[in-house]
Amino acid sequence: MSFARSFRLSGTGAPQLATLAVILFANWLVFPEFFDLRMQDGRLFGSLIDVLNRGAPVAILAIGMTLVIATKGVDLSVGAIMAICGAVAATMASDGYSLPVILIAALAVGLVCGLWNGLLVAVLDIQPIIATLILMVTGRGIAQLITEGQIVTFTHQGLIAIAGSSFLGLPMPVVIAVVLGVAAAALVRLTALGLLVESIGVNRTASTYAGVDSRSVLITAYVVSGLCAAVAGIIAASDIRGADANNAGLWLELDAILAVVVGGTSLFGGRFSILLSLVGAMVIQAMNTGILLSGYPPELNLIVKAVVIVVILVVQSPVAGRLTTFFRRR
Amino acid sequence: MTDDRSTAHAATSGAPAGPGDHRSGADDAPLLEIRGLSKSFPGVRALDGVDFRLHAGEVHALLGENGAGKSTLIKVLTGVHARDGGEIRLGGVPIDAADTADAQRLGIGTVYQEVNLLPNLSVADNLYLGREPTRFGLRSARRTAAMARELLAGYGLSIDVTANLGDYSVAVQQIVAIARAVDLSGKVLVLDEPTASLDAGEVQTLFGIVRRLTARGIGVVFVTHFLDQVFALCDRATVLRNGRLVGERRIAELGRLELVTMMLGRELEAAQLHRRRGEGPKGEAFLAFEGFGRHAYVNPFDLEIRPSEVTGVAGLLGSGRTETAKLLFGIKEADAGSATADGAPLRLASPRAAVAAGFAFCPEDRKTEGIVGDLSVRENIMLALQARRGWLNPLSRGESKALADRFIKALDIRTPDAEKPIRLLSGGNQQKALLARWLATEPRFLILDEPTRGIDVGAHAEIIRLIERLCDEGLALLVISSEIDEIVAYSDRVLVLRDRAHVGMIEGADVTVDRIVGAIAAEGPATAAGVPA
Amino acid sequence: MSTRKLLLGAVFSCALSFAGAAAAADMTIGFSQIGSESGWRAAETSVSKIEAEKRGIDLKIADAQQKQENQIKAIRSFIAQGVDAIFVAPVVATGWDDVLGEAKDAEIPVVLLDRTIDTKDDSLYLTAVTSDTVHEGAVAGEWLAKEVAGKDCNVVELQGTVGSSPAINRKKGFDEAIASHSNIKLIRSQTGDFTRTKGKEVMESFIKAEGGGKNICAVYAHNDDMQIGAIQAIKEAGLKPGTDILMVSIDAVPDIFKAMADGEANATVELTPNMAGPAFDAVAAFKADGTVPPKWIQTESKLYLPDTAQAEYEARKDLGY
Repeated sequence: MSFARSFRLSGTGAPQLATLAVILFANWLVFPEFFDLRMQDGRLFGSLIDVLNRGAPVAILAIGMTLVIATKGVDLSVGAIMAICGAVAATMASDGYSLPVILIAALAVGLVCGLWNGLLVAVLDIQPIIATLILMVTGRGIAQLITEGQIVTFTHQGLIAIAGSSFLGLPMPVVIAVVLGVAAAALVRLTALGLLVESIGVNRTASTYAGVDSRSVLITAYVVSGLCAAVAGIIAASDIRGADANNAGLWLELDAILAVVVGGTSLFGGRFSILLSLVGAMVIQAMNTGILLSGYPPELNLIVKAVVIVVILVVQSPVAGRLTTFFRRR
Repeated sequence: MTDDRSTAHAATSGAPAGPGDHRSGADDAPLLEIRGLSKSFPGVRALDGVDFRLHAGEVHALLGENGAGKSTLIKVLTGVHARDGGEIRLGGVPIDAADTADAQRLGIGTVYQEVNLLPNLSVADNLYLGREPTRFGLRSARRTAAMARELLAGYGLSIDVTANLGDYSVAVQQIVAIARAVDLSGKVLVLDEPTASLDAGEVQTLFGIVRRLTARGIGVVFVTHFLDQVFALCDRATVLRNGRLVGERRIAELGRLELVTMMLGRELEAAQLHRRRGEGPKGEAFLAFEGFGRHAYVNPFDLEIRPSEVTGVAGLLGSGRTETAKLLFGIKEADAGSATADGAPLRLASPRAAVAAGFAFCPEDRKTEGIVGDLSVRENIMLALQARRGWLNPLSRGESKALADRFIKALDIRTPDAEKPIRLLSGGNQQKALLARWLATEPRFLILDEPTRGIDVGAHAEIIRLIERLCDEGLALLVISSEIDEIVAYSDRVLVLRDRAHVGMIEGADVTVDRIVGAIAAEGPATAAGVPA
Repeated sequence: MSTRKLLLGAVFSCALSFAGAAAAADMTIGFSQIGSESGWRAAETSVSKIEAEKRGIDLKIADAQQKQENQIKAIRSFIAQGVDAIFVAPVVATGWDDVLGEAKDAEIPVVLLDRTIDTKDDSLYLTAVTSDTVHEGAVAGEWLAKEVAGKDCNVVELQGTVGSSPAINRKKGFDEAIASHSNIKLIRSQTGDFTRTKGKEVMESFIKAEGGGKNICAVYAHNDDMQIGAIQAIKEAGLKPGTDILMVSIDAVPDIFKAMADGEANATVELTPNMAGPAFDAVAAFKADGTVPPKWIQTESKLYLPDTAQAEYEARKDLGY
């Protein structure tokens, strides 16, 4: 098993890209115009763009989630942080603050949320699943306090432009996701952060004994996750021009975790790849969009999704890896 | 030692006539016969055409350094790995175990060093897990317990079988594991390093059980690092080296030197194991600990550390050896006393602070506290240096590669390349990689906790030579070991611990096994041995 | 005809509230509210307060924060205080027999608001005031049938959460209303989970799947929030909601009136947050002369069109939606 696993981890992401290709192909089968693109009001328009655009929030969440999972943790609170930061942004927008002030405030709130999680995990040594559950549960309540239980809507052109404008024909959320993903990948690989994160994820005790400042690294991972959730929350609010404290980012923490896992990062921590997590997020969204385009009754949505995910995970599992080596040898 | 050997021979010659006949020659049909066995892993040829024969009623030692192929042979035999080539016959019939359960059904049972049973279930449940006796179709706890008691009585073990297995010592757990394995399989018993965590008395009990089993005609494959045990227990030995068969010998006709030579492929220079002591003062102490201690952890102690000096630490298990090391390295923060480095106060609040002060620490439990298993050898070697530099100041790929390659060469770490995950290396090579991790930080003070535990003879000698070399180069070392011989071999002075207190410091010509054992065994208050409490 | 029915209904309810007002004065009523999980729920709470004030009723509201045990505690404390009546918006359908039995023993009438309960003993509550969600779907369907007036029309549907009773019933009512109109065809139906985000995402896919939206004549959404998401998706695809595509939905929240005022939506069916008003009146009549109300008081499913949108928006925007 260990050999299959190291083979998979040292791979180039071929299984993930192959999975994405298969799903896109399946989408093309159920909907032949899937790859059609045209320009509409200066931005590209088509199902492929929908996949990228709708997948952007989960992709952004997955960036932070990858780091957290690589430390052998998990951040269940990202959906709630999205709701809080979306509420902050929407409330300030409807009060007429300028865009930079709104963005700084929302990001600062995300940072504080991440810091809170990080302190619970790294300093108080609370298990990550419990530590982040606290904010997952209370976060929506906090968001509702901010919005006073309403869907706060706004007509702030600056904030609307975050999700509504485009760059080189691509919707801005896609551009933000790609820039953040590449920046985060560069940050962890051009510095030693990636190595230290992996080291802590594999063996926190040994890493601490080797002089690694485990606490700071852990806190950093959760702060990055909080910031990513803030960005996703701003995009979600901008997209619907309002903040829905009850529903913004609901269950997206699970999609983000799934994206990371599909991207090949183990929930047991260690080796990770941010860029493959982005691919994982696209796999999930391509599947969602495909289901919507297929015209199947909505009762089947979750079943189709579950079956596809089971297939993906089975194909990527160590047992399957062993089987392939077995057959290759014959 | 001599006594053990003679007992072993007495047992052999005194065995009933039946099995004795089996043993008389290698000509009659063996119980288990392996021919031309081969197994490769990516980048490693773990077994290369190995033959192995086990007769009924014999104890057959399977020997070799780490990486020789012992574990692979056993894993192929018991169905953990599929073989690439070769043949395995049991009782003349070719077999091909699909997994360990299959191997058990065929008649081959295995007991590992780390007992593979469930500590939170009762002894009886562990013995009959998956095949519980039933009464009218229902599980009967009483019947299970009765059967378990009867089974264990056959091993001379009379314990409460309804208590949790985890409540008993490792030795008892080991026996329960053997009882289960033999009961399930009944032809061949593989014991993989069964004595590593047992004390001398428990080893003798285990040997008694093994002899009873051989008297019943069971063939035992015995894997161990302890050569004394080979001579005490085994009838025959097969030696592997680098995945190949070196040879099979009858123990009675085998000398110790010959055996070690077969294993190492070279003459062990015994003289190198002893360093000269008493070369005069080692220079000024650069570290001083005064009244250093932590409540309910280690009593306050005074200690001075000088360059080019090896301080051995001796004491029984639980005497505070590892605790002393963890206190010095800042893993536990001292709540009493003070530490100074070059006269300046030093606060050791974390390993990070200790590393910054030029400390280094190789922990006893390599797997959970030392190596970062999934990371490569290169990353493990660079880890401490990188941690000290901080994450914003990364070692480039080229730098870390050069660093790793330099130490792989200097310490003779056996790995196909620096990118192999460290968990795939043998224990000795992992230990050397951990040493490399610390040497890369160019420390002034190196703490080693049981550096030779679970390491084969060759690597053992290398690590001892390395300790001496580092010391000669000016490093200060504190080495904890349970092997008094070893401590005597390399220490300039020996710190003796008892009941979480430092009770004595033996220096210079007084460093002898007798003095150390005497100090450990002595009664009385800690101060009596000369070290202030 | 439907206008007349509406008018009649309006007159009837006016008369009722007028008649009730006099008798209701000085009553104390305890209201165990579920919580404030949605804008509609918040509006229900504030409308209840307004309606109570209108009638001079002392209304004590206890927020259960989505927990039945909190509701049971609240009801017991209302009984201990000896209120004149107890309103409950039950968070779940079962487990009410004991506590409502205690209220019955204390001879305090209980009115269920917005949701009903499962019980074998009907006498445990005086009446239940709820909307008829099947009827809401039917009103939307009838409006569409009238609006397209025999022309062919392909409808896409944004369903609520799969398996939830409003989603099932609003689909059922709509389907029944258009069943007799062969010119109206439901071509796509997907769930938008009652949220703006999902409504927008699903609408985007409908537009792609139906020739860039050209095949779509109307959108029927199970709630206004999904419809607001759909309106944005249609605009971003370069089409005009309300003009190129007819937009009909249910709930009548303030934002949909804004959209109607802007010409981006065509109709909405009200799920009134005023459940307490009819309940107050039923209790007042019961207390005054023993008039036993029907077991189910159905609130009106009123249709709103763009002509009154601006005024309705102004009236509703501060209700807490």
